Amino acid sequence: MATMTMAKALNAALADAMLDDERVVVFGEDVGQLGGVFRITDGLQARFGDKRCFDTPLAEAGIVGFAVGLAMSGLRPVVEMQFDAFAYPAFEQIASHVAKLRNRTRGALSVPMVIRVPYAGGIGGVEHHCDSSEAYYAHTPGLKVITPATVADAYSLMREAIDDPDPVVFMEPKKLYFASGEADLPARTEPFGRAVVRRPGRDATLVAYGPAVPVALEAAEAAKEEGWDLEVVDVRTIVPFDDATIAASVRRTGRCVVVQEAQGFAGVGAEIAARVQERCFHALHAPVLRVSGLDIPYPAPMLEHTHLPSVDRVLDAVARLQWDDQPDSRWLTDGVPA
Amino acid sequence: MTTTPQAARRASPRKRRPATPAAPDPSAGLMPQAEPVRLLNSDGTPLPAHPDYPEPPVEALREMYRRMVVGRRFDAQATALTKQGRLAVYPSSRGQEACQVGGVLALREDDWVFPTYRESMALTARGIDPVEVLTLLRGDWHCGYDPTEVRTAPQCTPLATQCVHAAGLAYGESYQGRDTVALVYIGDGATSEGDFHEGVNFAAVFKAPVVYFVQNNRYAISVPLSRQTAAPTLAYKGVGYGVPSEQVDGNDPVAVLAVLNRAVAHARAGKGPYLVEAHTYRMEPHTNADDQTRYRDAEEVEAWRERDPITRLESYLRAREVLDDAAVAEIAEEAEAYAARLRERMNVQPTVDPLSLFEHVYAEPTPQLVEQREQVRAELAATQEEDA
Repeated sequence: MATMTMAKALNAALADAMLDDERVVVFGEDVGQLGGVFRITDGLQARFGDKRCFDTPLAEAGIVGFAVGLAMSGLRPVVEMQFDAFAYPAFEQIASHVAKLRNRTRGALSVPMVIRVPYAGGIGGVEHHCDSSEAYYAHTPGLKVITPATVADAYSLMREAIDDPDPVVFMEPKKLYFASGEADLPARTEPFGRAVVRRPGRDATLVAYGPAVPVALEAAEAAKEEGWDLEVVDVRTIVPFDDATIAASVRRTGRCVVVQEAQGFAGVGAEIAARVQERCFHALHAPVLRVSGLDIPYPAPMLEHTHLPSVDRVLDAVARLQWDDQPDSRWLTDGVPA
Repeated sequence: MTTTPQAARRASPRKRRPATPAAPDPSAGLMPQAEPVRLLNSDGTPLPAHPDYPEPPVEALREMYRRMVVGRRFDAQATALTKQGRLAVYPSSRGQEACQVGGVLALREDDWVFPTYRESMALTARGIDPVEVLTLLRGDWHCGYDPTEVRTAPQCTPLATQCVHAAGLAYGESYQGRDTVALVYIGDGATSEGDFHEGVNFAAVFKAPVVYFVQNNRYAISVPLSRQTAAPTLAYKGVGYGVPSEQVDGNDPVAVLAVLNRAVAHARAGKGPYLVEAHTYRMEPHTNADDQTRYRDAEEVEAWRERDPITRLESYLRAREVLDDAAVAEIAEEAEAYAARLRERMNVQPTVDPLSLFEHVYAEPTPQLVEQREQVRAELAATQEEDA
């Protein structure tokens, strides 16, 4: 096992994919000589030449639309969107073409590609640099939406994304880029469509993905002091979604908190909570709760800690899981759930 | 006596700015002609030979005429099918036959076409089965034909988005050592969309062999050209990206084909993209569902009837003695037969399978889609039981 950062693992995954498959081309803004603003494409141009890894005009719809055409010609594009909020100009291309071409042509024309989106906050970024935009993509049929939380997953899921026959939006938690972990490359972890239990526990399940996974794990550690033994499930692949692993965990524990960094309303966590409720109602001792970012535009660096789900907020939610079999008083107004 | 610096400066011979040699015009080779290229007068009589645009071979022009006549008949039949409820909607390209057919004739079979929803005539002229071309407009969910087989992208409904796809495809083809050219059909309205500009720019930067063919038919549904641009010609829009650009009389079939031939040759030679604006006119409403009396006068439409591209080419070919009454009648007959066959085939109500909705969303359906498919299957079975 070697210790490395997620950034290094992603870089190795891109390099190994380019080595194994000459159809793979990497492009975007500043990905060439500079190696990307987060250095995820560092050294690729020097190693594979400027036809395999290249800079483009500064135009995100152009980058993704160009990738559509390259995929039509038989290449395997991997494009970088630089920052979450800068991907919005490409949304029409992603939603109307990338996601739908297979369907519109009855499978005759598919456009396998990887759209890399460095996302979410916790890095003191200025405005428009910290959005959690995963729900937009997850809400678009035809896209796969992947978000790693470990170094080994970053490598393995990226390799799988490049090989996948469908377009993949690969959400990379910026906060975890330079967090170190253990991995043996070329790592192969569980495939798309599988959630993973990161920490087994008996009393309640924390379901988290991407940047929220380390928060959930830390909360589970801290919960030991309160006498709670918490299980942590890492969603990993938002689409395709693994109902089975998550439902099995919640049926075992009987309690569930979903943790996500994105704003809560109509988010991925809401979908997960609904799915858990539908599948685990008879096993639940308490409503499924969500801990998420606030329903506000991503705040300024000086205030982001107030917005981000914290260990304390997760523990507060766990405390409200009706441990004494009494309903949470804040859900009751004159006996009627508010 | 000491010399002050000022005095020294005064004493030294004044430096003459060297005479600037006439700077090469940076727009040379990019600028369109001041007037749209025209090889035929409105009445079909030929203009003097054009120095830049040699006339296409007369056999090609005769074939162009044949496809334009069949195309117009197809277009009229499709509009009629909307009235019979056989098509959900149809955007006609009547009046634009020279552009519709010219774009196709300028290409090889292995080149790629990136059409919009108004290019049904171009696609049938390319030889694609008209029933397949009309699949989407008939109310089905897919594009009808196999794009890889006929080298034609699905008809693009979002405006101008295909401009970037064509740049990517053409670059990808040349990257892999093939000399494929991509031709993009777009309208005047779409030149206001960001993706038009990003597409032309990407094609230029990557020297992708793309011909951007703008059919300026004067209207984006109801909005006139004056609300799309203040530029004297849409062809100027290529110049800013370093793309050679031209404007042509879109109702002059000979000029359209001549200009497109040159544009395609430029792209195929590895010189990068080319932009062509064709000045034409949409003779019909935007679609059968549109009411054009709300935004334009009948006189305006009438005036364009005199510039009809088919009669113009017909007069010319008759004068060249490659077309006579018998040949005209034969082609008209072919067009009638084409329309009759289409009518017949479109009168058969297509069967649709609701379970096919779950196919081709992904290469393999997700567990959630499998679940939903089973639910719909059960609903269908229950309905059938009730009906039985």
